[in-house]
Amino acid sequence: MIRIDSVTKRYPDGTVAVDRLSLEIPDRSITVLVGPSGCGKTTTLRMINRMVEPTGGTILLDGEDIQRQPVTTLRRSMGYVIQNAGLFQHRTIVDNIATVPRMLGWGKQRARERAAELMERVGLDPSLAKRYPYQLSGGQQQRVGVARALAADPPVLLMDEPFSAVDPVVRKGLQDELLRIQDELGKTIVFVTHDIDEAIKLGTMVAVLREGGRLAQYAPPAELLSSPADGFVEDFLGADRGIRRLSFFPSAALELTTDAVVPADAGAALITATKAPHLLVTDPDGRPLGWAGRDELTAGDIRTDRLLPYGRPFVPGADSLRVALDCAVLSPVGWAVAVDGGGRVTGVVSQQTIGEAIRAAHTAGRADEEKVAG
Amino acid sequence: MTGFFDIPSDLQHSWTGLIGLHMREALLPVAAGLLLALPIAQLCGRFRWLYPPVLGMTTVLYAVPSLAFFVVLIDYTGQTELTVMIPLALYSLVVLVPAIVDGVRSVPDETLAAATAMGFGPVRRYLQVQLPIAAPAIIAGLRVATASSISLVSVGALIGNQGALGNLLAAAQKYDRPELAVNAVVTMAVLAILCDVLLVGLRMLLTPWMPRGGTRPKPAARRAEITPEGAVR
Repeated sequence: MIRIDSVTKRYPDGTVAVDRLSLEIPDRSITVLVGPSGCGKTTTLRMINRMVEPTGGTILLDGEDIQRQPVTTLRRSMGYVIQNAGLFQHRTIVDNIATVPRMLGWGKQRARERAAELMERVGLDPSLAKRYPYQLSGGQQQRVGVARALAADPPVLLMDEPFSAVDPVVRKGLQDELLRIQDELGKTIVFVTHDIDEAIKLGTMVAVLREGGRLAQYAPPAELLSSPADGFVEDFLGADRGIRRLSFFPSAALELTTDAVVPADAGAALITATKAPHLLVTDPDGRPLGWAGRDELTAGDIRTDRLLPYGRPFVPGADSLRVALDCAVLSPVGWAVAVDGGGRVTGVVSQQTIGEAIRAAHTAGRADEEKVAG
Repeated sequence: MTGFFDIPSDLQHSWTGLIGLHMREALLPVAAGLLLALPIAQLCGRFRWLYPPVLGMTTVLYAVPSLAFFVVLIDYTGQTELTVMIPLALYSLVVLVPAIVDGVRSVPDETLAAATAMGFGPVRRYLQVQLPIAAPAIIAGLRVATASSISLVSVGALIGNQGALGNLLAAAQKYDRPELAVNAVVTMAVLAILCDVLLVGLRMLLTPWMPRGGTRPKPAARRAEITPEGAVR
């Protein structure tokens, strides 16, 4: 565990970058430091590997003051990923990744094998090994940056706005990849970002810092969204925190109806039996084809080319209530389509039912919080 | 009638001998200048306030006519090659110091931060990261310094027999043999071009990591390409 204890960084000109900050960073989880520019988040990160020395307070790594070991030893035990990757442009990809193992005295062969293994882990094609950084895209360079940080298998990973400089699509890919790698490796990751969405997506714990390097709130993301500590945190979370909070509620408990689902070769009895205003027509395998008004359907002769599009389906259990609600909002008839992993329809659900599920989830959430508080 | 390559005996060298002498007098100062410029540039990079005065000083040295240097130096080093080479070495600083400082400064901040974070000490970082990345800029500086040095050696003729190929210019007047002047000018130009080609080859050898052709040249690389042409005097 990394324990930041009342740490202050005051520069000679009197600027206070970090002000008596205390944080306990749990092992094997992602802790995100988030805040506006000038809130001292990068300074805090850099104090953990002593690229910045604090003017007050202490930082303990597994109970021991980080000042008590040689600075290069400390740094080589912590992977570091920076914005724009900061690759060595004069070295090949494989040599970039092998940097720290080589410094730790590994043989050339072993270091390169390790580098190749890491390229695979971060999703880089092995054919890139002998390339130079300028030959890679921004997203690929950032993957190399992550691989390089992981090379000596350090227990701690420090990430300083690593995905800020790539476009949103690539950024999402990198974030998903990081979560996958973290599932496999279980590092203690400290992640700095100014993007609250990124913080909420990646963080096990999120520390919101305000200008002048003071801690505004330190909480798991769901708690941050449900009960921001003050106006600053609330503003920083943005106007749609209610919607975003739905990401933390599972959609598994949604009550699905199968009445409104009919196969394309349905008979008259099946069509008239349902009371739903719209029917979802499926193909013989149970995959969705589209929506039709009940009155428009003729038994045995359903015109599949005249159906309304069914939009995007969701997978109960895998997707959150937020995704389910989004599907219902996007649907031309206001109903979301639920499918199983194979894409076969398991039922449909209306906006109204989703709304009831949201209210139920909120009530349950409040009860949990009161239990914790009491 | 004497030929194009027949050198008057008072120069005490054959044509090829003159070329050897010329190259020695031109290239040793550049090498010495590089050895001097590396630590100076390192200091300038470390202490930023030092750079403007250092730059000013090298420029002033460059402005001192070589004849003035000779007058001062001749008391100590006499009519020797050294008297020619010391000013040339000092002149090369005006190109090399900024080339190295700019080259080292062109290393992106995040690259330096990444190196520090991986546990590079200052010396290792300078030798393994900053200097290699500055190599194109340094070689660009060397190209200018070398070409300029090869042409400047000629002034050694002012202190007697130390101008190498430049002495042919004096001999051309003295013996009324204009072909010697042509010989001197053409030979020096060819030497300068050959050295330039070698340095470009060296750069390509040292920097396989630089974008080539039309593919996304990096700002640092582009600057290194432009400086020499702009700075040739």
